[in-house]
Amino acid sequence: MSGLNVGDVIAERDFHLTRDTLVRYAGASGDFNPIHYRDDVAASVGLPGVLAHGMLTMGFAVQPVVDWLGGDSGRVIDYQVKFTRPVVVDPESGADVSVVAKVGAVDEAGARIDLTVTYAGQTVLGKAQARVSLPA
Amino acid sequence: MNPELTGREFAPTAPYLVGREKVREFARAVLATSPLNHDADAARAAGYADVVAPPTFAVVVQEHTLAQLLSEPDAGIDFSRVVHGDQRFSYTRPIVAGDELTARLTVSAVKTLGAHSMVTAVSDITDAEGAHVVTATSTLVVRGDE
Repeated sequence: MSGLNVGDVIAERDFHLTRDTLVRYAGASGDFNPIHYRDDVAASVGLPGVLAHGMLTMGFAVQPVVDWLGGDSGRVIDYQVKFTRPVVVDPESGADVSVVAKVGAVDEAGARIDLTVTYAGQTVLGKAQARVSLPA
Repeated sequence: MNPELTGREFAPTAPYLVGREKVREFARAVLATSPLNHDADAARAAGYADVVAPPTFAVVVQEHTLAQLLSEPDAGIDFSRVVHGDQRFSYTRPIVAGDELTARLTVSAVKTLGAHSMVTAVSDITDAEGAHVVTATSTLVVRGDE
């Protein structure tokens, strides 16, 4: 894609998560681990609170890239993350997570988009990279 | 964890039929707003057979293989100590509603790091014709006693 340079920010978005978001993801994904909706269970295993599913964070973090692709999620041909820190979702105030998507590499077939996903001032995903195909 | 899991191949999962409403439900859950994930006409106009599943939808199919791994009698994996370390999806083509998908798990690595152990689970997901759709790879960390 002409005009695309390494380091360009192609999308930025803030996401607000609530406990409702977690319950909805639990139902849709089938991941009913209670640490994602029960404070007592989260506390009993030593967690600072109810956590967002890592796969939920992975799932929404790529959406700004999909929108940049004109909504064509089929152009995301490879997507990987490391789960490095938890996102604690407060029962009242929820959690705010921000995503910045930058061009990490460009070649003839497409690009690698690198995601910086931040919660409470710290990144929560490592090596978050989406390989996308781009029209010639 | 049992180091002899390395290289073990599991039986293919029962076919998973991707429903249009399931794709929409999952798309809403990951805050996906693209019409291609929700509207069959929009997806067809873009050249797809039906609504397109978001990039992380494959986890729904992969999950059945991770359940096989965790319930393997000699695996020695305590589910309550499992933490998701990393995740990758490598697609040959996107998943669309109507696909009938089968997943086959191979354990590619088992490692021990101090008190913790890590298992890398590679699930190859194929369609009804046996063609590759996506490979879902997870590293699960099993926390040991500190």
